[in-house]
Amino acid sequence: MLRRIKLIIEREYLVRVKKLSFIIMTLLFPILIASILAISVWASLNENKTQNIIVVDDNYPAFQHIKNETKLNYIYQDISLEKAKKLLKEEVEGVTAVMYLPKNILASNTAKFYVNDMPNAITQRRIEKQIENIIEGQKLLAYKISPKLYTKINTEFKLSPYKIQEGKDTKIDREKAYVGWFFAIAIYMMIFMYATMVMRGVIEEKVNRIVEVIISTVKPFELMMGKVIGVALVGLTQFVLWAVLTLILFIAAQYFFFDSFYNSANLAELQMTAEVAKQSAASFNTDQANHILSRINFSVMIPLFLFYFLGGYLLYSALFAAVGAMIDNESDTQQFILPLTLPLTLALYLSQSIINNPDSSLAFFTSIFPLTSPIIMMILAAIGMGSGVGIPYWQVALSMGLLIFGFVLTIFIGAKIYRGTILMQGKNIGFKDVFRLFK
Amino acid sequence: MSEVLKVKDLSKSYNQTKALHSVDLSLYSGQILGLLGPNGAGKSTLIRIINNIITYDQGEVYLMGSALSQDALRDIGYLPEERGLYKKMTVQDQLVYLAKLRGLSRFDAIQNMNKWFEKLEITGWNYKPIESLSKGMQQKVQFISCLIHDPELIILDEPFSGFDPVNAEIIKREILALKKQGKSIVLSTHNMASVEELCDKIALINKGEIVLSGKVSTVKKKHSADHFSIEFKGEVSAFSNALWTGAKIVSFKQQEDSTKAIVKFTNHLSMNELIKSVIDKVEVIAFKEILPSMQDIFLRTIKPTQDA
Repeated sequence: MLRRIKLIIEREYLVRVKKLSFIIMTLLFPILIASILAISVWASLNENKTQNIIVVDDNYPAFQHIKNETKLNYIYQDISLEKAKKLLKEEVEGVTAVMYLPKNILASNTAKFYVNDMPNAITQRRIEKQIENIIEGQKLLAYKISPKLYTKINTEFKLSPYKIQEGKDTKIDREKAYVGWFFAIAIYMMIFMYATMVMRGVIEEKVNRIVEVIISTVKPFELMMGKVIGVALVGLTQFVLWAVLTLILFIAAQYFFFDSFYNSANLAELQMTAEVAKQSAASFNTDQANHILSRINFSVMIPLFLFYFLGGYLLYSALFAAVGAMIDNESDTQQFILPLTLPLTLALYLSQSIINNPDSSLAFFTSIFPLTSPIIMMILAAIGMGSGVGIPYWQVALSMGLLIFGFVLTIFIGAKIYRGTILMQGKNIGFKDVFRLFK
Repeated sequence: MSEVLKVKDLSKSYNQTKALHSVDLSLYSGQILGLLGPNGAGKSTLIRIINNIITYDQGEVYLMGSALSQDALRDIGYLPEERGLYKKMTVQDQLVYLAKLRGLSRFDAIQNMNKWFEKLEITGWNYKPIESLSKGMQQKVQFISCLIHDPELIILDEPFSGFDPVNAEIIKREILALKKQGKSIVLSTHNMASVEELCDKIALINKGEIVLSGKVSTVKKKHSADHFSIEFKGEVSAFSNALWTGAKIVSFKQQEDSTKAIVKFTNHLSMNELIKSVIDKVEVIAFKEILPSMQDIFLRTIKPTQDA
């Protein structure tokens, strides 16, 4: 039996790995990701054109100290708003915007900003920051507070949550969950990508009519398992190649690409990018991201990722294989695939609330339930394991145990459906027929 | 001659419908069995049970004396009616893969494959991708795929479908060569001409039961309607008088200088007695028993039950 499964694994693996589409996908994916990153960085650095902004100030000349910056020119004149707007409309001398600072600006803290084309968020934030600084300066003057004193008073307050424990209390680091979230998305995509690959393989054999020849030599279970394991190895191969290639690209990019950036005048803007990112609600700035990455325990996360990917994949691919056996062509798969993908998609959907409440009973339940645990456990495990923070080891063990039980069960169910339906040709098999198999 | 396949009292039901009911079969080495029956009669079910693809409810199946098992499949070569190949693989990869699944080494697989390439006149096909072959060419590869491991029992389901007459002849030739080597062959087909040409015995299945079985010659005798064809020179009236009550004339056909008559025995005369009664009156040129074709037997056996 093992000899035959080995032969099937070998064929399934080699056929797929030798495919041109596999090679292209493997090579292209890291390049694609890297170029998307590079393009977005490059775009944010270079694509904002110089802004020439007419400042109309009701309190003229209160804001006269407004300073030009890189790609930001202010035209500070005592002109009426109507006139300024006309200049903007006609784009006289490259005017791109009109900023109207109203009389009560110190109270209202807003100003109207007229544009033809909206500048990007980074530029907007830079303008806001400048006005903010001037307003603050004026307020300091009005309240007779020295700027030095102000910097001493200005406070940014943060809670630093700790979990109490005997011996040493540990810090709760919720931001790490976001790294877990990336792992979770990777697991989500990989499970469906490779489970679909298994399903396609099953349909192909059925449509090709080779399945009866094979089934007369090996047991249906052997054929199904050979395919499932073969594709799993394809997935692992692809994952390792992606990881290696991405690492190489990353290192190469650091040498050839970012070196020049760090040394250039663009540095200020790069920092601004970070500044804006920090402000935008849910995200974190790049400095912090680096810190998070260095706080993540990758020697635990990567084995855990592989375990939950493989476990989740085995669980779902057995069911996908059964679906493949039930149908004659791929367009009929939807009615069966949709309910199958629901739990995992739901888990991904719930992940934000899990990040916010990692101690909730919802988090506990979804982290041990085999259909959702591959996603949820990645998020929880990234926060921390064992050491008082995050999830206790027994929960991880329970989740893993249930996942193993889960995929053994779905393989059993999948094999039963597969065996019962793989030789039915040209017949629409419905849920009724499937239930009959289990009577 | 040893018994290669023995099926005893085999029954199988799907849900409530009986697919096979108390089927008995026996096949010895060097024999070709024609498995006949209308569509949906249970032929495929029987073949799949012998190949251990589906289970049975009751009865026994023996392959070369021992009960059916996964390992016994090494000795079976099976060409299903619904057959295909992996389109993206080359001919050699495909055949070696299937041979290895049946337990052959790569080396033996390639050797056997090349032998079959010669026999079927397709040498040099090793590295052709399957998808580049025509349907008929693919059929040849499929035919090899079920024989590459040199099985003792060969089950061919509609082996001639998709072949042009030239290639169908090659396949027939090889089937007969296999029989000569002492292989046992089960031939399931609707092509009655090939049954008469190749088979030693038949089993006719209808509605899950074997309704007719035995040696082809015996079955034909049994179903002959006691018709004979007699060719003679002389007076037709003299001939018919000579027959008297022993036989009835069914038809006459006047030929250039002779007459051909089809007669039916009315009571149990022996052939000799009939010849004796006419030989003095006319000059008998030829005398032949008319046996029904398998086609006739098939239709006659199936029809009444289908009408019922």
